[in-house]
Formats: sequence, C-alpha cells, structure tokens
Amino acid sequence: MSTSLRTEAGPYFGDFGGRFVPESLVAALDELTDEYALARQDPAFAAELMELHRSYTGRPSIITEVPRFAAHAGGARIILKREDLNHTGSHKINNVLGQALLTKRIGKSRVIAETGAGQHGVAAATAAALFGLDCVVYMGEVDTERQALNVARMRLLGAEVVPVKTGSRTLKDAINDAMRDWVTNVETTNYIFGTVAGPHPFPAMVRDFQKIIGEEARQQVLDLTGRLPDAVTACVGGGSNAMGIFHAFLDDPEVALVGYEAGGDGAETLRHAATITKGRPGILHGARSFLLQDEDGQTVESHSISAGLDYPGVGPEHAWLASIGRATYLPVTDDEAMSALRLLSRTEGIIPAIESAHALAGTLDLGKQLGPDATILVNLSGRGDKDMETAGRYFDLLDKGAEQS
Amino acid sequence: MSTETGTGSTTGTTSTVEATIARRRSEGGGALIGYLPVGFPTLTESIDAAVALAQNGVDVIELGLPYTDPVMDGPVIQAATQQALANGFRLRHGIEAVAAITAQVNVPVLVMTYWNPIMQYGVDRFADDLLAAGGAGLITPDLIPDDAAAWVGASTRTGLDRVFLAAPSSSDARLRQAVDASRGFVYAASTMGITGARGDVDSAARVLVDRLRAVGSTSACVGLGISTPEQVREILAYADGAIVGSALVKALSDGGVPALAVLTRDLAASARDLRPAV
Repeated sequence: MSTSLRTEAGPYFGDFGGRFVPESLVAALDELTDEYALARQDPAFAAELMELHRSYTGRPSIITEVPRFAAHAGGARIILKREDLNHTGSHKINNVLGQALLTKRIGKSRVIAETGAGQHGVAAATAAALFGLDCVVYMGEVDTERQALNVARMRLLGAEVVPVKTGSRTLKDAINDAMRDWVTNVETTNYIFGTVAGPHPFPAMVRDFQKIIGEEARQQVLDLTGRLPDAVTACVGGGSNAMGIFHAFLDDPEVALVGYEAGGDGAETLRHAATITKGRPGILHGARSFLLQDEDGQTVESHSISAGLDYPGVGPEHAWLASIGRATYLPVTDDEAMSALRLLSRTEGIIPAIESAHALAGTLDLGKQLGPDATILVNLSGRGDKDMETAGRYFDLLDKGAEQS
Repeated sequence: MSTETGTGSTTGTTSTVEATIARRRSEGGGALIGYLPVGFPTLTESIDAAVALAQNGVDVIELGLPYTDPVMDGPVIQAATQQALANGFRLRHGIEAVAAITAQVNVPVLVMTYWNPIMQYGVDRFADDLLAAGGAGLITPDLIPDDAAAWVGASTRTGLDRVFLAAPSSSDARLRQAVDASRGFVYAASTMGITGARGDVDSAARVLVDRLRAVGSTSACVGLGISTPEQVREILAYADGAIVGSALVKALSDGGVPALAVLTRDLAASARDLRPAV
C-alpha cells in the first residue's frame, strides 16, 4: 500500500523545510499560511486565478514535439511544455498571479520580490501593474548587468529595481535584502517569493501555484501519445519550474523525474551551482535543504552562465525527493547548456532561456540512454529573448558595431 | 551571587546574565548590553574591543559571529562582518575570542549567531566548546523556539543561556513561548526591522515590553536602533536592559578602541543613572 507523494503541505518535507527566520517575520508567514489555506478552499479564488491564466497568461500552454532536435538525442520522442509562451516569457507568471491575488485578499498595497534572471521580477512587476500595487524588486548588481533588458522591462512596468551590492551581488543577496525589507515593512508589504525555497509556506504554496504545468502536460502527453512519458525533465535553480512539472507525476513511479542543475564550469570545479549534486544539508533563506557551503556553514558563492540558476540553495521538496530517490538531479555545464540552446534554435526555431537550455542539454544525454522508444517531456520554462546579449557574446554573434550600440 | 539549585556544576544554576541584569535593575538603573562582531577589524582587535566594552561599563557582551547571509543586520554590521569573513574568519575564532575575553574580564559573553554555522559545527559540540571557553550562551536571530529542539536540549544540558527574540508583531502566545523558552533574557526587537541606528526608537518597544511583562517576563532587554545615551535612558525607564550594536561598531570602525571606549562610557553612565540629562 503506497502513499501519495503529492500531498506534502509543509512546513517539513522529510527532514527538509521548516522556518529558520527572524521572529519578526513569523506573524506575516502565519498570516500568509492562513490566508492561503482559506484561498485554497475558496472556489472564487480558484476561478479568478483560472480566468487570469486563460485570458491574461495564455494557459493552457501548448506542448510541442521537436523531432529535429530529438534526432540528436538518440531518436527518443521529445516533447516540450511551452512555458516560454506564457505572457512575460516564463513559468514565473503562474506563481506571481496566485500570490498577487493573495496580496489583495490580505489587503496589502505593496509587494516586493527578488529576482535572478529577472523573469520573476518581470512577472511580479507585471502583476503589480495589473493589480495596482507598488512593487520593489531586489536584484543582484551582477544580474542587473547581465540581464539589463529585464531591468528595463521592470522599470517600464512601473516597478522600482534595487541593485543589491552586498555579498556575491546575485540572487542569494537579493533574497537577503528582500527579507530585510519585509522585516521592516511587513505591515504594508507582501513578499512575492519566486521559487519553491524559503520558509514555510512558500515551498508548498509556490509549488501549488506552479503544479498546473504538470497537470496540463500530463494530460496533453496522454492525449498525444496515449501513454505517460518515460521521463520528465526540467532545470533546477531554486526549483519552481521543476516542482511545477514534476508534481503531477510524483505518484507515477514508472515516470522518471530528472532535474538538471547548473554545473557552471563543471561540477568537479569550484565554479558551479549544482546544489544537490555537490552540497550538503544546511539552512539558507529560512529553510533546511541542500546548500553549497563551506565547512563552517558559510554559504559558498555559486556560478552559472544562467542568472536564474545561479543560486547556492534549492527548494526543500527537491531535497526530499532526492533523499527518497523519487527524483534524480544531475549537473549540466555552461557549455553543454549553450550548445543545447543553439541546437534547439537551429533545429526547431525555438530560442530557449539559458536556464531551460540546461534541461534540454540533460535531455540530449538522457534520450541516448533511454533509446528511441522513449518519450521525454521537457519543461521549456522560459524563452531566450532576455539572453541575447549573453548568447551574442558567447557565440561571438555580434559584430563590433552591434556590440557597441 | 548565583543560587545553586541544581545538582551538576553548571546545570540548574541561575543564569549569570540574568543575575547581572537583575542586579543592575535593583540598583535603580538597567543593564547595558554591547554588541561587536568577532574578527572586525581583525581577530586580535575585536578581542581588545570587547575587553574595552567590559572595562568601560558594558554589563553583558554580545559577540557576533560573522555569517555570509545575515538577514537581520543592517549596513553597518553587514560591512563589518563581511570584512571579517574576507579576513578569513573561522568559527573556531569565535570560540577562541570568547576564551580570550573571559580570561581578561569578568563580564558574561553571549554569542550572537545565525543558525546554519552552529548546525554545521554540531549543536552539542558548539555548546560544549562555548561552555569550555567560558561563554554564557547564545542569541539566535534566525532560530525560533518552534524549530529549536536541538538547541534547547544542548543548552539545558550545559546550562548555557538561550536568548530568543520577541517582535512587536508576535502574538501573545508567541511572546509567552519566547519568554518560556529563553534563559538570560528575552530580546525585545524595538521595531519591525533590522539592526542599525535610528533617530527615535519606536514606541512599539514600550508596548512590547509591557506585553512581555504580562506574559511573565522578568528579564526583557530592548535592541535594534539604539545608539545614544538618551535612548538607553529612555529604554531603561521600562526595560531591564538596552542593547547597542551598530553605534558601537561604527565607533570602533571610525575611531578604533579609544572612540569605542568613549561611547561605551557615555552609554554606561546613562544606564546607571536614569534621571534625564539636564
């Protein structure tokens, strides 16, 4: 008699999760937990969110089979879940709309968000514009430089973007500053957290807002192929798109779940963001999970060409799924991801985000292992428009004039 | 002065920190608690600075362990602890600093630390090493009693103090939990926010201390935003202790130990004499 893996509601997932936060935040986290519990039971909340998904985001997102790309993956059938086609360009909008609706229910007028690649920040700024909320987005200074286009998008949408200059000046430090803001302004402010990490209730709540990806895709693949896929793959930074597509398949033991972490220069080097592959349990940003840390428990700076995966932590539910062996997590290097990005662009006319390209690169290997009879569902979590400058530099695509303009 | 009620050599004794605070209170003033981080500007100078705190009138030293992700700290303390980390701070330096300070002065030393470093060091191992170094206990800004079972066990076993935080936003039930779980004192966050000097300390601090009293606290110290002798006097009109951090770090940063000593003396003078300055 097996029990469902789909009913975990936090605060703990096995040994992982919890709330390691300043007392000042507990009341706000309790309020969020209670309001979310009420909203979950409220058909009006679900209906409003579904209507936004339909008429604003463009859900359900389609699936696209990519045979020319799959020819490079040992001939396995590869099917992409097209979260890149969502309004604002990634899966992040799914969660943000849910949390923005919750902000309205709670009656707060200001939202804050952290962002790495800028996709969550853009989504938060978008929802704030739509609902008339003040919005401040914290973004590491390094990331504001490598994702300048998204900074401009957020500002155009009316959000204030604060470049964070402390620590490694990336996503981890942006979360620290967002938490400091929240501690200070919690009476008026809701923190729209972007991934399945952080203190309870965020891991479970963000997963719930993202699990629509897998629920749609599971049925879409069944409709297309008549059976479940052999494997479902996704990139994993904090892990929201991966939890989103994995969740519907957790109780299908015949479906392998594989998360691809950012291997940077190589997981065997010191420059990577392969948290589950190379880290060990510890606490960061309010939860116990796997963590890149030194012997003293100081967080180690991560490295990835992809700003969205450049995070030394990971959501606690992933740590739990790894610990019980239900999901597997493997590293993919910068170079492998960039080469998969170019391959999908040239074989299928789809330019993926560098984050999502990690899942594509891993899937190329997985396809060769599983063979031509296998079907693999890949979460194409975002589109690559924001990455053109990085890709241009990486592939030397820009002529001098273009580079200077 | 401590009342021996337990059976072991440490377990069951009255907290030295609590006794120190109570003595100041009974003398008509209140306790001054001074924060400095280990390793800033260097390990040796941070030890000298902490000794100077004690020699110039601080009643309890709060010694901060530098950490990469200090979400409760404002810019002054962040800059200092980042420098300490860049200088090569290691956790064992924290233990060494406690030993060096307690060898020189007779003021209790509480260590302020985020939780992951302690978890990685080993909660029991850290408790044993801190006790052996002469430390009094821990202040844990990102550990709430709800998730603190291992630390409650280790501190009970060793007799170390455990200081949990109370916030203006905490429910009465949570305040009661913080008071019941704490030993030494309860850290009352004067305001919703992070460390750093503020022009005026929130009236929320007084309300919070009143609420802590109502759930049974006899040792409530107020921190966050306190930087001047006037603020210390104002806080001690109703609280048992006043905690000063960023202002001391800034004094040390700007003028070294001499400047730190001057500010400490001024703060301590107003903690002893609560009559408003004329």
